[in-house]
Amino acid sequence: MSIKIKDVNYTYAENTAYEIHALKDVNLEIPDGQFVGLIGHTGSGKSTLVQHLNGLIKATGGRIYFNGRDIYGENFSMKELRSKVGLVFQYPEHQLFEVDVLSDVCFGPKNLGFSREEAEEKAKAALCMVGMGEEYYRRSPFELSGGQKRRVAIAGVLAMEPEMLILDEPTAGLDPRGRDEILDQIEKLQKERGITVVLVSHSMEDVARYVDRIIVMNQGQVRFDGAPREVFRHYQELEAIGLAAPQTTYVMQELKKRGADVDTDATTIEEAADAIEHWLRN
Amino acid sequence: MIRDITLGQYYPAKSIIHQLDPRVKLVTTMVYIVSLFVAKGISGYLIATLFLAMVVKMSKVPFGYITKGLKAIIMILLITVVFNLFLVDGDIVLWRFGFLRITDKGVRTAVFMAIRLIYLIIGSSIMTLTTTPNDLTDGLEKLLGPLKKIHVPVHEIAMMMSIALRFIPILLEETDKIMKAQIARGADFETGNLIQKARAMVPLLVPLFISAFRRANDLAMAMEARCYHGGDGRTKMKPLHYESRDKTAYAVVWGYLLLVIAANYVGGLYAIQLL
Amino acid sequence: MIRAKELTFDYERLDEEGNVESKKRAVDHVNLHIRPGKFIAILGHNGSGKSTLAKHINAILTPTEGTLWVDGMDTSEDDKLWKIRQDAGMVFQNPDNQIIGTVVEEDVGFGPENLGVPTDEIWRRVEESLSAVGMLKYRHHSPNKLSGGQKQRVAIAGVMAMHPRCIVLDEPTAMLDPNGRASVIRTARKLNQEEGITIILITHYMEEVVEADHVFVMDNGKVVMEGNPREIFSRVEELKRLRLDVPQATLLAYELKKKGFPLPDGILNNEELVERLCQLKSKM
Repeated sequence: MSIKIKDVNYTYAENTAYEIHALKDVNLEIPDGQFVGLIGHTGSGKSTLVQHLNGLIKATGGRIYFNGRDIYGENFSMKELRSKVGLVFQYPEHQLFEVDVLSDVCFGPKNLGFSREEAEEKAKAALCMVGMGEEYYRRSPFELSGGQKRRVAIAGVLAMEPEMLILDEPTAGLDPRGRDEILDQIEKLQKERGITVVLVSHSMEDVARYVDRIIVMNQGQVRFDGAPREVFRHYQELEAIGLAAPQTTYVMQELKKRGADVDTDATTIEEAADAIEHWLRN
Repeated sequence: MIRDITLGQYYPAKSIIHQLDPRVKLVTTMVYIVSLFVAKGISGYLIATLFLAMVVKMSKVPFGYITKGLKAIIMILLITVVFNLFLVDGDIVLWRFGFLRITDKGVRTAVFMAIRLIYLIIGSSIMTLTTTPNDLTDGLEKLLGPLKKIHVPVHEIAMMMSIALRFIPILLEETDKIMKAQIARGADFETGNLIQKARAMVPLLVPLFISAFRRANDLAMAMEARCYHGGDGRTKMKPLHYESRDKTAYAVVWGYLLLVIAANYVGGLYAIQLL
Repeated sequence: MIRAKELTFDYERLDEEGNVESKKRAVDHVNLHIRPGKFIAILGHNGSGKSTLAKHINAILTPTEGTLWVDGMDTSEDDKLWKIRQDAGMVFQNPDNQIIGTVVEEDVGFGPENLGVPTDEIWRRVEESLSAVGMLKYRHHSPNKLSGGQKQRVAIAGVMAMHPRCIVLDEPTAMLDPNGRASVIRTARKLNQEEGITIILITHYMEEVVEADHVFVMDNGKVVMEGNPREIFSRVEELKRLRLDVPQATLLAYELKKKGFPLPDGILNNEELVERLCQLKSKM
């Protein structure tokens, strides 16, 4: 499952006084099975970009190729694209509507034309993936805790068996453990099932901990694109566009400034601890 | 479509019309609507046109912006015109096809009805475009004040209106978001027959209602936390005072109404003379 | 300023006839004392009872058992209600659902209007509060056009205009991005330091707690830990068990300690950590 974005432009309210150029000449390629972090401050164009990936917004210019096929081509089915590219919006629990958890998760597969039995099978598998057991199937989604609602909502997208999963700030508003639980589960999906994951996040620590590659958006353009350690080397430029690097990067940079010979590329707590240990013991 | 409705939207500008007391604008709009139904002849409509043109000019709101509001009522307008055109019986038949016929009186009524509707929309658009929703509700609260004596909850009605106006854009945005989220789950809001379409709305409406209730609940709590306890003992940050310009405006408005009524009478005489 | 004695609150679930069907204890025999002028943080995972506790301070909820005093006033007494709410203002989590006005300045004026403050005085207070939160230049804007952080600052100004002695912020940053979060916390700190307003910040972002004077940690309706941030963040394992976390610098120090380096407990920020590490290196 690969996606290729070529010279994509998007303008809101074209030719009016409210015209906003939300995406400018974006070129990206996301290969199969990658765990990508998409960062940028509010209004940088990252939400607009992810909505392009499953066809919710149509580019005003440029092309998007899904497995080599042009998604704006004549014979391309948007419905198929949406089943292959699952998009989980911010606060996804706000879209729950069914009387019980299982029926809600069945909504996606049923829309794709699966029978009741098939849909339930997929729904059960998806609920299992997010760690929601059988005891929840017949519970009303509205009686669950915030973290549980969120998982049910994510399962609602997973039940469509997407090959690519895009999550827009899946941990917003959750407590630290709830956050770790969701992210660990997503990582497991990516590792075990080979699903491509795009994680839109504001937390540099989370991004540093989980993803293989970071894409930084600013003013509708891709500003940086690379492995976390490469991107966070530009911590000063990141600050200039209203972002930051993980706290560990600042610790390492500060140590370096004080003359310590440490590996400043360490971005996670574990890497930093190892790098500091190495420095202290030598 | 939803975005085309200019009725109820505020257009910020610095003009005399913007500065007028909201009560003046409410009363003027009412008077103007009455005048449109009082006016009978061409001269009456001419005065109404001049008055409207004057107000539009003074409001400094671009004319194109005002007429955008007309798009929303174009169907109602067409239906009214067609009905009047074919159904009003008159003396001189201008055109006939089977049982359909158009008479001179039909044309006349159709044209006047169209003008009335258009002027009515433009007139009320001017009011909402030049008055902030808050001023509007304040004005309404004050104008309807005497009704409090017969236990009409005027303050509460005004507060409800102003909260509704604040939450309409938020709920529209929310609708858009939930719709997109459900489309991402394969929902289809466009194809299918009427029943299928209605059923497709469930995944949109249920979350929307839940969200609206949650917001209402939160808002009620936030208002209580800020000591809101109804209209009693409340002071106003922006109390309404009539300035001299408001008094002048009232004089102009009532003068205008008299002129329209007079025009009917004079216009009538003129018509008799013509015969 | 605020004192709770054996404060207990049960959420009751009623059946269709209005009988109590089930009870859920949200706050369980809490005792606490908050002195005026302090910056207090209340930590706890989702569902730990911290928001329920907060709503008692503003008398939105009143105790099932026990007593809560705000400035010596018992929140269960109805005749003190408006005075308590004026004294202890409250800012909520969702920025959209607490702004009543359609123009920023009108929203800030809403509280004083309810208190019956004279018009001239309202205008003075609105200007004062908006400049205190750095939002004066947005006074004529529609709240819908503001960012989340700006909306929360308007909400804070709305409370400030009521001249409270204490502001309770109930997860004010949970829905904001990092920049918005920082601006809200900065504003709260500024009001605490410059105006001497008691701040009670409820949150589960550890970084926001670092500079508090005193921290309460809640779990299952009870206050389970209490102390200054250094004391609290020394107990990494315990916090993790409570579904919480520690600031990144604290966590890094903790990991290094596990590797056998003699670092003190409860390091709170990067500067302190770097300082300690350099000292350690020079001794080696």
